Amino acid sequence: MPSRHHVAERDQDFSDVDRVALIAELVRQVPAANLLADPEDLKPYECDGLSAYRRLPLAVVLAENEAQVAAVLKTCHRLGVPVVARGSGTGLSAGVLPHEHGIVLSLAKMKRILHLDPVARVAVVEPGVRNLAISEAAAPHGLYYAPDPSSQIACSIGGNVAENAGGVHCLKYGLTVHNVLRVRGVTIEGEAIELGSHALDAPGYDLLALMIGSEGLLAVVTEVTVKLVPKPEVARVIMASFDDVQKAGDAVAAIIGSGIIPAGLEMMDQPATAAVEPFVKAGYDLNAEAILLCESDGTPEEVEEEITRMRAVLEGCGATGIRVSTDEAERLRFWAGRKAAFPAAGRISADYYCMDGTIPRKRLGDMLRAIAGMERKYGLRCINVFHAGDGNLHPLILYDANVPGELERTERFGAEILELSVKFGGTVTGEHGVGFEKLPGMCAQFDSAELSAFHRVKAAFDPAGLLNPGKAVPTLHRCAELGRMHVHAGELKFPDIERF
Amino acid sequence: MADITDSFAERIRAASPAKPLCIRGGGSKDFYGNALVGDLLDTRAHAGIVAYEPTELVITARCGTPLAEVEAALAVREQCLPFEPPSFGEPATLGGVVAAGLSGPRRGAVGSLRDFVLGVEVMDGESRRLTFGGQVMKNVAGFDVARLMAGSLGTLGLILEVSLKVLPRPVAEATLRFEMPQGKAIEAMNAWADKPLPIAATCWQDDVLTVRLAGARAAVAAARAKLGGEFIDQGAAFWEALRQHRCDFFASDDALPRLSVPSIAPPLDLPGEQIIEWGGSQRWWRGDVSVARKAASVAGGHAVLFRGGDKTAGVFQPLPAPLMAIHKRLKAAFDPRGVFNPGRLYPDF
Repeated sequence: MPSRHHVAERDQDFSDVDRVALIAELVRQVPAANLLADPEDLKPYECDGLSAYRRLPLAVVLAENEAQVAAVLKTCHRLGVPVVARGSGTGLSAGVLPHEHGIVLSLAKMKRILHLDPVARVAVVEPGVRNLAISEAAAPHGLYYAPDPSSQIACSIGGNVAENAGGVHCLKYGLTVHNVLRVRGVTIEGEAIELGSHALDAPGYDLLALMIGSEGLLAVVTEVTVKLVPKPEVARVIMASFDDVQKAGDAVAAIIGSGIIPAGLEMMDQPATAAVEPFVKAGYDLNAEAILLCESDGTPEEVEEEITRMRAVLEGCGATGIRVSTDEAERLRFWAGRKAAFPAAGRISADYYCMDGTIPRKRLGDMLRAIAGMERKYGLRCINVFHAGDGNLHPLILYDANVPGELERTERFGAEILELSVKFGGTVTGEHGVGFEKLPGMCAQFDSAELSAFHRVKAAFDPAGLLNPGKAVPTLHRCAELGRMHVHAGELKFPDIERF
Repeated sequence: MADITDSFAERIRAASPAKPLCIRGGGSKDFYGNALVGDLLDTRAHAGIVAYEPTELVITARCGTPLAEVEAALAVREQCLPFEPPSFGEPATLGGVVAAGLSGPRRGAVGSLRDFVLGVEVMDGESRRLTFGGQVMKNVAGFDVARLMAGSLGTLGLILEVSLKVLPRPVAEATLRFEMPQGKAIEAMNAWADKPLPIAATCWQDDVLTVRLAGARAAVAAARAKLGGEFIDQGAAFWEALRQHRCDFFASDDALPRLSVPSIAPPLDLPGEQIIEWGGSQRWWRGDVSVARKAASVAGGHAVLFRGGDKTAGVFQPLPAPLMAIHKRLKAAFDPRGVFNPGRLYPDF
């Protein structure tokens, strides 16, 4: 294997990969039907949920078991070929954008629930199992898997591990990192490793925490043990209207300051409710500048007590209207609008670009005002939905890729939001991951010593730098280039990538 | 501006594999891990709460801040560190608490120390100040190095500052007691955890299962009615004594293995007394660590020689070769010259 030094300095060059030799080796590792190499078969793998970035790999391998994963990784290690592991491809940061000189290793065929123990409250699943399928399998036992990203119908648990996926209930129930006990994976050398355990901890460094959210850069996930939790007996949601976004933001702080951790605490601004209401008829107050959805779950007694307390806090914060869901159907209707925000954006605009910054909650009002200013500056509309409880923002910038210059303006708009998130003491990505898309944001959030440390962490697992190279952590060279590009505003971020 | 951390940086630059550093806060956990090696680097001068905003549910403090100071500040605002880290004595510092990575009685219900770590600032083995994570709940930018520091026993870097997620103190609490043999108690703890009950902690010892409820008033009252058992008045004192290992079981200096096993593991084949916590997942025993290690491994877990005994066989369960290789490379990534707490976690690095 060729040695590749200074991985942190610049992106590695893999142009010497021999496609013919690679495919000749791979056909010996997996059944012929599991190896795709014709361009038309590769097409569905050219992008993930962020379709602005597309690229074809040399081949796609559909692994059916851990032995095949190990064999393919060993082969790629020996030949020095980049490997991009992929689950359901619902990611929103181009994390599984293929490498032009590498393969995509799909885990989508590994979708068995291997073991579900209702007494121990764990499920052992293959990486391709869908997030929601776990909760469905656990439902007869009164249990479920707590993290619920919006894409939970489709997204896979392996992808959730790679991204440390969240959802609308993570303030109370945590992220993927809080709900996974153990990950089994295979290193690029083809060695199986187990991180965490079926006990609550494991000896040594907390490699499980490091693996979760590592975006496919450290090892390929082949098995996951998730925690299952008892389904709350009841859940009810309050929908509160506000005539001012700052007041809504203050109400969020007041609820948390009063000692309540709501099961969900979401905010939508007026343009967002206006976009979704015709679509889902959730009954949102369209005159409100912002609405909050505050959910309480638990025993009937607990929920009654919490709803009463939250209602009092919201009224004290100047809510202009309050409705409490009276039954499950109404609760789901209130949520339907929030969950349909992304498709609604797609319905009212040719294209939209979803941001994912997180800021301290107290800066919500400042951020909204700044975004309003940016809408004027860039001549683009933005609708705002937030996981307000944990300060995670999803501004959706609306644009039309067919109008010359709009995509570029959109990207500058997005970059400005992310830079402000960092300035407010937050982060460029709360739950969608860095992937390929947010590499520039990483240059703003971390200095070169920190980025170098990340590269050394990667090298501790993957010394050859073959797992998802060029993602999640920018090279110092790329940051330097971007720094220069800020001077020449208007140039594309990644001129080497085909764009749509 | 001169800063105490400049002197830390100087100490790190002056250190070498032959003259390593022993990073230490209040020294309340000197007993934990392998032997202390190196010249003392006392972190206590770098102290103070940097930021605490109750509505953000985050506290940020410097490494030398006494744990007691952090907990007192939180208590004023009716908040807490829900994982209840044991201090094992007054001098415990926040940096030491994070480096040790230990959690107390509520861990089984609310999560461990590492679950509440949001961000750290560390000084690495080349005396660079590095910041990972931050002060926000959700943050997936870069690898989760902040959580990696939890429980690393100071082998990866000098923790300078930590941000932790905090939670409101439960509005209501109650402690119940049940007479129950070990096997039945393990079954009961697992069966109750299957239900949406506000169980915050459990402890079985001497055929008595003690259960702590915490949550909304109505939820605690409903759970008391549902579970029955004998209500005890001195609940808070009982759990604090357990957290700080002040009860009789922990009094002797004999070897004290801690077994970490799946909660459903049936009674382990170990002679003598045990304490079982965390819904069945954490078991304390007095005896030889190699015996404990064997029993824990059979049950699918591992054992630590928590306190006392002969440390020559290693305090922590040996790692499989591929994981040890990754550990050594991670150590080298943050401390390439091997100057921080050598051997404290594993004799290999």
